[in-house]
Amino acid sequence: MINVVFFAQLREQLKSDGLSLDIPTPCTVQDVQQSILTSRPEWQDFLSNPALMCAVNQDMVQLTAPVLEGNEVAFFPPVTGG
Amino acid sequence: MSVSDQHDLVSVQTHDFDVAFEYAQLRADNAQDGAIVFFSGLVRDFNQGQDVTGLFLEHYPAMTQKALTGIVKKAKARWPINRVRLIHRVGQLHLSDQIVFVGVSSSHREAAFDACHFVMDYLKKQAPFWKKETTHKGDNWVQTLEKDQKALDKWQKDD
Repeated sequence: MINVVFFAQLREQLKSDGLSLDIPTPCTVQDVQQSILTSRPEWQDFLSNPALMCAVNQDMVQLTAPVLEGNEVAFFPPVTGG
Repeated sequence: MSVSDQHDLVSVQTHDFDVAFEYAQLRADNAQDGAIVFFSGLVRDFNQGQDVTGLFLEHYPAMTQKALTGIVKKAKARWPINRVRLIHRVGQLHLSDQIVFVGVSSSHREAAFDACHFVMDYLKKQAPFWKKETTHKGDNWVQTLEKDQKALDKWQKDD
């Protein structure tokens, strides 16, 4: 299982702050994204937004980054702190 | 959390901070440093064409401290700086409230200026914070600005 979390505007658009996903690992962040969209096609417009950022185990990564069993994968809009 | 020195600080907090106290921590028992540069960011009353009445700062709690500590480490690896104090507030903020503090001490002013600027530019693009503004027309998420990416690119070109 991997833990998926959403933040900020994306969390509001999906009306979800995250989910647990049973997916064969190792895989990539993109595989995680596709697997979620297979079960939740209505999230397509939001979760496949190319501007989204992602993190694996709290490090920002690209969509091609590896995901291992037990990892936390986060999707969120571009950050706006400071 | 300490980055390396007992006077270093990386803090994500809901409560306010005291610039005088932070400055004193950068100065205390520190005869080696001839320069302190600090920046404080505040909630202003306009943004992206709208009148702003307040701000809510969301973050990714498990990641925020790690991301900020990583940015401070990058700055320390790049410039001969000594102490760094970095504070970012989260939660509900009001007009004129303090949002962020970055303070850097160094033997020389150039390193302190550059490192302070670098930490702010990196923080704006790589730390997981999101601002939601309250306006008279309703709430809206602040959108990222191209100028922030350009500010970051400037440092990366120098690498």
